[in-house]
Amino acid sequence: MLNDDPLANILYIDLSKRTFKIEKRHDLFEKYMGGAGVATAILHEECPEDSDPLGPDNPIIFAVGPLTALFPLASKTVAMFKSPLTGNLGESHCGGRSAVAIRMAGYGAIVIKGSSDMPVYLSIDNNQVYFRDASSLWGMGNFATGRIIRENETGAGLRAIMRIGRAGENLVSYACVTSETYRHFGRLGLGAVFGSKKLKALVVSGKSSLPVSDIKTYKKIYEEVYKTAVDSPVMKKYHDLGTAENILPLNDFGGLPTRNLTEARFEGAEGISGETFAQHYLGRRLACSHCPIGCIHIAALREPYEDEPYFYKTSMISYDYEPLYSLGSMLGISNATDFLKIMDKVEAWGADAMSLGVILAWFTEAQQKGLIPEGETMGVRLEWGCVEEYIKAAGYIVSQPNDFYKALAKGVEHAASIYGGKEFALAFGGNEMPGYHTGPAAHIGALIGARHSHLDNGGYGVDQKTLINQEMKPQELVDTLITEESWRQILSSLVVCFFARGLFTPELVTSLLAVAGFDLSTDDLQRIGRDIYNEKYRFKIREGFDLDNLRIPERIFETPSPISWMNERYIKDALEYAQKTIVKEITTPDL
Amino acid sequence: MRLAVLETEKCIGCQSCMFACSRIHGEAGLSASCIGVRSIGGMERGFTVIVCKSCEDPPCAKVCPTQALTPRKGGGIHFDADKCIGCGYCRDACIIGAVFWDDEINKPMICVHCGYCADFCPHGVLGLQKREAKDAE
Repeated sequence: MLNDDPLANILYIDLSKRTFKIEKRHDLFEKYMGGAGVATAILHEECPEDSDPLGPDNPIIFAVGPLTALFPLASKTVAMFKSPLTGNLGESHCGGRSAVAIRMAGYGAIVIKGSSDMPVYLSIDNNQVYFRDASSLWGMGNFATGRIIRENETGAGLRAIMRIGRAGENLVSYACVTSETYRHFGRLGLGAVFGSKKLKALVVSGKSSLPVSDIKTYKKIYEEVYKTAVDSPVMKKYHDLGTAENILPLNDFGGLPTRNLTEARFEGAEGISGETFAQHYLGRRLACSHCPIGCIHIAALREPYEDEPYFYKTSMISYDYEPLYSLGSMLGISNATDFLKIMDKVEAWGADAMSLGVILAWFTEAQQKGLIPEGETMGVRLEWGCVEEYIKAAGYIVSQPNDFYKALAKGVEHAASIYGGKEFALAFGGNEMPGYHTGPAAHIGALIGARHSHLDNGGYGVDQKTLINQEMKPQELVDTLITEESWRQILSSLVVCFFARGLFTPELVTSLLAVAGFDLSTDDLQRIGRDIYNEKYRFKIREGFDLDNLRIPERIFETPSPISWMNERYIKDALEYAQKTIVKEITTPDL
Repeated sequence: MRLAVLETEKCIGCQSCMFACSRIHGEAGLSASCIGVRSIGGMERGFTVIVCKSCEDPPCAKVCPTQALTPRKGGGIHFDADKCIGCGYCRDACIIGAVFWDDEINKPMICVHCGYCADFCPHGVLGLQKREAKDAE
């Protein structure tokens, strides 16, 4: 890397002592470039073994990469922490302005440790950190918190405002952190880690320069990358209908989890499709900073006040494929307005829409099967599609008035361990399932993925493109998934948005990195990617993760997927092979 | 020709123009950008795109005590850095906020209406237009 690149600066903040320091860590960035690689290394350094995810020892690590603010699409921030949901590796990615703001403030990473005895928010302005009293913000939602901080801080247009809502404050294990109102560190409960530290928000801004190896080459390559990004057919779906475009094709394919995956086709899919939203609701499109694609789709919902004529409330609510699955088809909600109503609440509370939807779906089925004692639900009676009851139930999960809702606030794995119904509690590795019942690659991918996310290795794509046409041995499938996940460590260390993964070939990546002063070959990239993957698994195994003991919800075998030959034996063989491969790899000393 | 904001409502806030402006000034990053894209009080309400509008009788030049800023023939402002004493009057006089500041040398950064940024706007929000047109947003 270039010697004067501020990327090497790590800002360490201690919330207990209200102190901060900046350290140069060329060693980490030279080795892992940035993002997921550097954040994993810091997690090993800063997170003591067996520490409580909601205790002061658990670090919050944000990392960006060398291409951030240099080239388009390197627009994600990687957050790393120990997850209160899974009790293991927590990793979540967020766009918005977060990555550019951190880089332009002069940092490659920010590490937050300790915990405050009163609500605070952090304001990071170049080389200063201010600890601001957030007592008056405590209890406020995502929208109001953002507005107040916006009005009280400088840096308009150049800042990210990451904040939590009541779900984070109340330590809901899958609370998210929201940035720029509509983007999230969605998965694995970073919001609860914020809440446990009494950290309501973090605002960061900056407007600096970055060194490049050669300005002429830089401008030339930039122009090529930019042009490819805006003209490429692989990006088209993201800017036209957005990720919601996936609803109808996945439904046709028979892979859209519906009503707690009792079905994989939803008769109401049309009502929550990208096409329906674009035609009737799309009110605005937004982009992350330094991404010309603009995949963020915002619906305008106009609702009359029932008690007073000629008064309307117009809300701007974001929609994407995953929440449309989890709070839509998974709950039998086929009406776009109903979906937007619950989405709006979930945004304000700051909960992971994916986990929350899966938990509400389990709750519905468990209640229908008589597993939940009367009285525990505080009068909530869930029926598929009944949005008002779902909003009421979600509200109780956020406020946790009794033991039942406290259990739901800890995730579906935990709730089913108390109330039963494990066979239809749809979580993999403790993380609620993503919206793909496409076949074995999706489910194995979520089981063996380091963060149990569909984006770890894109298994759902393997089902749709490969397995639908030809069978693959479980061993071969696992190798394919691990190879993909290893390569994605490079993308997430450069914090390139995964939507642009088709553009960022190894060859392009090496030429972009050369501009940032990294002399790496495509072979080097493959090696570093696998190394980062192994480091994640070292952490997971250190914290007690065991592929042999992973629970596989029976429901995925009961409801047919498009890959008709998928069965339990196949998945178990795959897991056994994955366990052997991964353990062998990480226990073999470096040569 | 001058740079103009043609259709603010189509701005998605990607800030590619800001990066382009910095680049044309020989810098990677944002420090040398003469464009500001920010939300109008939250992302839900869209964006404001701040560029020099090439005023006919530019207030920035009128308040400059050293004639470092002078109206350019055909529109825009000529900036002579050698004459500038960094008083900041120009920044205060430009109520649309289009006089950006270089903190390192404590002098203004003034748009030269080159139009490079417009090539990096994915939705035609920015464009070059003839001086006469005055109805842009």
